[in-house]
Amino acid sequence: MARILPAMKKSARLRSALATILLLAAGAALAENNKPASSKDGEYYNANGDPTYDISPDGKVDWRTYSGYLRYSAECLRCHGPDGLGSSYAPNLTDSLTRLTYSQFLATVAGGKRDLGAGEEKVMPSLGADSNVMCFIDDIYVYLKARADGALPRGRPDNHAPKPKSWSDAEDACMGPE
Amino acid sequence: MKILMASLISVSSLALARPASAQDMDTKLTQNPADWVIPAGNYAGNRYSKLDQITNKNASKLQPVWTFSTGVLRGHEGGPLVVGDIMYLVTPFPNIVYALDLNDNGKILWKYEPKQNPDVIPVMCCDTVNRGVSYADGKIFLDQADTTLVALDAKTGKMLWSAVNGDPKIGETATMAPLPVKDKVLVGDSGGEFGVRCHVTAYDMNTGKRVWRAYSEGPDNEIMVDPEKTTALGKPVGKDSSLATWKGDQWKQGGGCTWGWYSYDPELNMVYYGSGNPSTWNPKQRPGDNKWSMTIFARDADTGMAKWVYQMTPHDEWDYDGVNEMQLADQKFDGKMRKLLVHFDRNGFGYTLDRTNGELLVAEKFDPAVNWATGINMDKSSPDYGRPIRVKKYSTEANGEDVNTQGICPAALGSKDEQPSAYSPKTGLFYVPTNHVCMDYQPFRVTYTPGQPYVGAILSMYPPPGQTDMGNFIAWDAAKGKIVWSDPERFSVWSGALATAGDVVFYGTLEGYLKAVDAKTGKELYKFKTPSGIIGNVMTYEHKGRQYVAVLSGVGGWAGIGLAAGLTDPHAGLGAVGGYAELSKYTSLGGALTVFALPQ
Repeated sequence: MARILPAMKKSARLRSALATILLLAAGAALAENNKPASSKDGEYYNANGDPTYDISPDGKVDWRTYSGYLRYSAECLRCHGPDGLGSSYAPNLTDSLTRLTYSQFLATVAGGKRDLGAGEEKVMPSLGADSNVMCFIDDIYVYLKARADGALPRGRPDNHAPKPKSWSDAEDACMGPE
Repeated sequence: MKILMASLISVSSLALARPASAQDMDTKLTQNPADWVIPAGNYAGNRYSKLDQITNKNASKLQPVWTFSTGVLRGHEGGPLVVGDIMYLVTPFPNIVYALDLNDNGKILWKYEPKQNPDVIPVMCCDTVNRGVSYADGKIFLDQADTTLVALDAKTGKMLWSAVNGDPKIGETATMAPLPVKDKVLVGDSGGEFGVRCHVTAYDMNTGKRVWRAYSEGPDNEIMVDPEKTTALGKPVGKDSSLATWKGDQWKQGGGCTWGWYSYDPELNMVYYGSGNPSTWNPKQRPGDNKWSMTIFARDADTGMAKWVYQMTPHDEWDYDGVNEMQLADQKFDGKMRKLLVHFDRNGFGYTLDRTNGELLVAEKFDPAVNWATGINMDKSSPDYGRPIRVKKYSTEANGEDVNTQGICPAALGSKDEQPSAYSPKTGLFYVPTNHVCMDYQPFRVTYTPGQPYVGAILSMYPPPGQTDMGNFIAWDAAKGKIVWSDPERFSVWSGALATAGDVVFYGTLEGYLKAVDAKTGKELYKFKTPSGIIGNVMTYEHKGRQYVAVLSGVGGWAGIGLAAGLTDPHAGLGAVGGYAELSKYTSLGGALTVFALPQ
């Protein structure tokens, strides 16, 4: 028994190391998938055509990621916690966004979600009619995706690209007159 | 037979045989130290008990004697009541009310579970908390999350009547404990983050019929002020005192919510409470003083008419709600006995007023970190008398929209939030749970959609520069406006305090400790780690000659937002990120009652 144990331990350690490598690889692959494949007017898209972030090595973020940080903090933080990390009553989105696709994310935000029972009674409202959220939904998505991919640290991004004019026009069209 | 008679009397005198005047009986009930019939223990909001079996000499021997799981995992604010041989408590949504038999080890005598539409859950700003039920006239009063006020038969749990106080579809929800006063029950509403126009409403205790409703903002008749007779700092408020301080009809989404703790002075027949923040959190969008948000109200309990008002933070720029409890105490001030009202505001100032007329006597910082104002103008001849003296650097109005104003202390959760303080007439001191947290605040433009959040600012919160403790538990001298002692805490103290005649003060911590400290010195006498973080309020009662102390655990509420993330200083550089402890390393969810006593 005594002789077998170390071997078992070793193989367990090996398995967990392998799992870690696989996880890291998956994470890297995820981040790889979200590399900008195209851009238009300061907005970035991955190879699938989904919105994505652009973060330079010095930490400077594209405008949409910065705007996403602001809008997330204004509209989502109250339940999902600072920097997307979750609270006592709403999930950690830096985890959820490693699994949800862009279209699943949109559907959840627009339609809401219910998880009742087990003493927890979690309900996410449907935000499809809330212009403070929906006018900026792609911004919030790329921000959270950057957080989930580990491409963006906690806190307010220090430096960001300027606000593109096309973005301002789209905001005005979506939010309506003041 | 003697024992049987005694127990019959204890039950029947409480629930069955009502004396000629129910209100006299209830006033007496709040004075019986064995019971704890309303959340604050007494009408003065003191959270003080005359029980003295547990003292500063023997408190170190306390031990948990029984526990009860509520079956609900969300944030448990409030605390239990004891009336005779029965303990009552309410859970967060779905707001289950339990009646527990103290003669039978907390056996469940009855349970009331309302059926509420879960759509109300996401409309509640910061978790689905409920701050407790109240007892009067043989009834238990519950204000459900969906704003339905119900009266239950205290013996059987049968619903006697219900009244709908608001509409969750437009953001109106309920979290507060109702206050029974004479033949009425008073309730307010929550929803300042949804642009709700909040009010206090009185319902007939026997029928649930609405008697009066007083809004926080709007026309004089709807806010129930008399332009000539209602005063602010000694002067009549004048015509349209609220309307004149809002742009256009913004008062219709004005907030000023009323979800805090109410107090009552039976001699003056006055009810005291505070109103919350004006909506939105973006000050640029709502020019004016935004009256009467952020205001202490004194109203006639029968008619609802305001006798006096005092707006603490005109034109709020930081979300410093004025809803915290109103402590009523009779103390010497400048050598004369005065009827005082003491209030520890979110804005970081401890106010002492004359509660007969609203005269401002003291306004001092109860956390030295407070920096948004240098003080309160106490010069009676100044046009700015009673107003805070603001510091431009920390003014989110002056710095404007889309600018991140940094280093404001306190944070939006205030130097103290709703967690109520205690007052010991024996020591003359107030015992105050506090937050020691600062923030960055960036206001921006928002549009109003009924039933959708209407916030308009983003915040990040962190401990004051160079410090790691995020809370203090302090003793306060309200006549002098000075801290007497202060116990630092790693996290904000989010539990309501209890003071007792045994010179012991109790409070809970976010890690889950129930602590007993010496009322005179603050020295820790006892601590015990309960199953989850404590955001509930400590109470005490006596049963069969033994004194007990009880508290609800169950982390959540606004404190729950930082549970996973912790609070980090965005200005401290990368090295310090994560340097502050995360609450999730100390506690997890779980609603539980823990009851303590001395060994027999």
